[in-house]
Amino acid sequence: MTADSYHVVGEPIRDTKAPAGDIKDRWDTRRFEAKLVNPANRRKLSIIIVGTGLAGASAAATLGEAGYQVTSFCYQDSPRRAHSIAAQGGINAAKNYRNDGDSIYRLFYDTVKGGDFRSRESNVYRLAQTSVEIIDQCVAQGVPFAREYGGLLDNRSFGGVQVSRTFYARGQTGQQLLIGAYQALERQVAAGTVDMHTRHEMLELIIVDGKARGVIVRDMVSGEIESHFADAVVLATGGYGNVFFLSTNAMGCNVTANWRAHRKGALFANPCFTQIHPTCIPVSGDYQSKLTLMSESLRNDGRIWVPKAKGDARPAADIPEEERDYYLERIYPAFGNLVPRDIASRAAKNVCDEGRGVGPGGLGVYLDFADAIARLGLASVEAKYGNLFDMYAKITGENPYQTPMRIYPAVHYTMGGLWVDYDLQSTIPGMFVTGEANFSDHGANRLGASALMQGLADGYFVLPNTINDYLADGPFVPVDETHPAAIEAKQLVEDRIATFLAINGSRTVDSFHKELGQIMWDYCGMERTDEGLRTAIAKIRELKAEFWRDVKVSGVNEELNQTLERAGRVADFIELGELMCIDALDRRESCGGHFRAESQTEDGEAMRDDENFAYVAAWGYGGEDGKPILHKEALEYEYVEMKQRSYK
Amino acid sequence: MTGSGDTSKDMDLKLRVWRQRGPKDDGAMVEYDVPAVSPDMSFLEMLDVLNERLTLEDDDPIAFDHDCREGICGACGVVINGIAHGPEVTTTCQLHMRSFTDGDVIDIEPWRSGSFPVVKDLVVDRGSLDRIIQAGGYISAPTGTAPDAHAVPVPKDDADAAFDAATCIGCGACVAACPNGSAMLFTAAKITHLGLLPQGQPERDSRVLDMVGQHDAEGFGGCSQIGECTAVCPKGISLSTISRLNVDLLGALRSTYAK
Repeated sequence: MTADSYHVVGEPIRDTKAPAGDIKDRWDTRRFEAKLVNPANRRKLSIIIVGTGLAGASAAATLGEAGYQVTSFCYQDSPRRAHSIAAQGGINAAKNYRNDGDSIYRLFYDTVKGGDFRSRESNVYRLAQTSVEIIDQCVAQGVPFAREYGGLLDNRSFGGVQVSRTFYARGQTGQQLLIGAYQALERQVAAGTVDMHTRHEMLELIIVDGKARGVIVRDMVSGEIESHFADAVVLATGGYGNVFFLSTNAMGCNVTANWRAHRKGALFANPCFTQIHPTCIPVSGDYQSKLTLMSESLRNDGRIWVPKAKGDARPAADIPEEERDYYLERIYPAFGNLVPRDIASRAAKNVCDEGRGVGPGGLGVYLDFADAIARLGLASVEAKYGNLFDMYAKITGENPYQTPMRIYPAVHYTMGGLWVDYDLQSTIPGMFVTGEANFSDHGANRLGASALMQGLADGYFVLPNTINDYLADGPFVPVDETHPAAIEAKQLVEDRIATFLAINGSRTVDSFHKELGQIMWDYCGMERTDEGLRTAIAKIRELKAEFWRDVKVSGVNEELNQTLERAGRVADFIELGELMCIDALDRRESCGGHFRAESQTEDGEAMRDDENFAYVAAWGYGGEDGKPILHKEALEYEYVEMKQRSYK
Repeated sequence: MTGSGDTSKDMDLKLRVWRQRGPKDDGAMVEYDVPAVSPDMSFLEMLDVLNERLTLEDDDPIAFDHDCREGICGACGVVINGIAHGPEVTTTCQLHMRSFTDGDVIDIEPWRSGSFPVVKDLVVDRGSLDRIIQAGGYISAPTGTAPDAHAVPVPKDDADAAFDAATCIGCGACVAACPNGSAMLFTAAKITHLGLLPQGQPERDSRVLDMVGQHDAEGFGGCSQIGECTAVCPKGISLSTISRLNVDLLGALRSTYAK
């Protein structure tokens, strides 16, 4: 059996609409060539924006201010709660305030290389260019970045780069940036340019004459199914890490808006590219609902180890030095505990699979600070990592100054997402996708402090300079709820809800979600194989059938019903999970966060296959029982030479 | 997934939970026995486990707000045994069951405030806090107009103090804890954050007047410096922010009347 039995191959994508010419000039060229909309005409044009994280709130604030009629939706009770708020580390910008050799070109280069040569040069260059303006904008809004005694902004270094270009606000950079964007958004709400709907969830896209013209949303309080119309629709709906059930995402993060759009014709690109972060607090029991990240910086001073013997259940302190395996130091003597994220994650999985993991369930490794405390002193370790140690103690009830921390990798970010062109427009005209929801800039692996940069670049600066090119052809023919396309979309939503409520089976929604997550984690997680992915696809198909036969959704539609909300999300995650496995199966190479066991060097490093896989895999929906259609967008590197990453 | 290795410390608990079907319905405390609770569970995971059981028993699961479950989004928050966010000074999602003991009876209620109407069970509508921000909790800085970030230095002490105030997560515990039902700590945190920065000066007077005006219009009570708010604040927002708000308010009123 070949991989082709799961999909069909469609036409390649030949044009991403990036202008030709020197990479430094492309964004200027595009901004100049894009059609403009006269300020007086903007108030006749309307835009729906779904999601109020960094990418959505910044876009709503900016487009509202520009004069468009913006309608904004979020599923939370306030736009300020979107999950961008949880980002810890920082935001990159090529300011070169340190005078340490940084430049737009270097940020571009680091990001393309960090993405393991699976992102677009044009997009990444624009991201690096825009990064500079983001910091200015945020400071003007009152974002309280960390400063030095002279009153100027502080910077720090982040994973895998040699310059200090990361701006930060203690360990809460995402919170501060989002509050800045949220305040700008609320200012527009007060000004009447943004109509904000909280506790509303998008459940369907309305397409009229081939163009995205509206959305069907559910009022999560009253259950009312509403139709909203506009001249363009923007999805800023975040990533899909919760397909694994356990991840560092918020509980409500979901793929539904993106998946419904995918089913209506938007291509889904590189769905298998997920980032698994090595240092998270492990699962403590089967009631576990989410995982919490511990900053990667801990690996600077902590030593990672497991017992040499399988099933050694003694407390850490009772295991003598010669019976410990500091496996990263042993396998990677040059980099030791500071190997890149994907290597550290996979190595932890391997020792646990061997039966040498520690803690409940054997899914954990020690991160030990005993040597650091002996070398630097307790006070020094406390000054460096105190807040992280406190957070760990609060969650686990253990004192990491006395016993080693237990950590394990967890799903953190998804590089894949809806396919967009250089204008951030999807394959559905009039539907744009920003932030983590699109696939554009991170290739197969995202570097630290780049997600915040991309979300704000898209929302503040890129989309507001490209969406006008589309809207200049509007306003489009008026559409209301009597249009057949709107009636059909609404009916689809109502039927689906009625189906969920009628099944009245014997298993809870969460039990299906957990089972799906386990399948994804086992077969489409840190290491993927041909055989495992085929097994996963079969299991997911069985799970899907069982879900629609035996799920139990209690209550009614006409009130707040959190079980019903989750049922819709899990149904879509199941379909996405299958596509992720099909994508991972087709990509018979290892790159970035995607490790195929069949494609590794003799010493176990990821091995890319540029000859056969230097493309974006953009998937078309193949119908309820049909096969997804693979459209390949070839990736060409004119500026950065493609090299195999090496850590030796 | 595997079960907890050590179940010897598991607890049997009795919950008394506020159940209210909708905004217009009457509510009541309803009792639930929850056996075998692991001390390593978070408080919300304990409710998850109960909800799974209620669903299978054809009972309506308990509605509660939550999202990030790492103490930063501000979505969660219930009153536990009379204390907003419960016995530890943290968000409800970061409270763990090891803070309780076997046989405990735990009362769980929504935030109680006329300005936070109950939506269902433990879920309340905190839109009033967003409207206070809409009234002036921002710096008007249209996108793309900003000068270079280093154009205006900010003394480190001011930047750090602004950050401390800006860590407010908007959960509303301060309102739930206040005998007056005041949202003054929330409002003052924003006044302090923006008022300490040079970028926030041009709108400093109008900001405090408009935000306090909206605060009162929403029906929140006045501040009488009791301090229950800061005692439960998961982010430790200081009562001194309210003093700062009062100073700003007096200054703004003085300059308004002088005109």
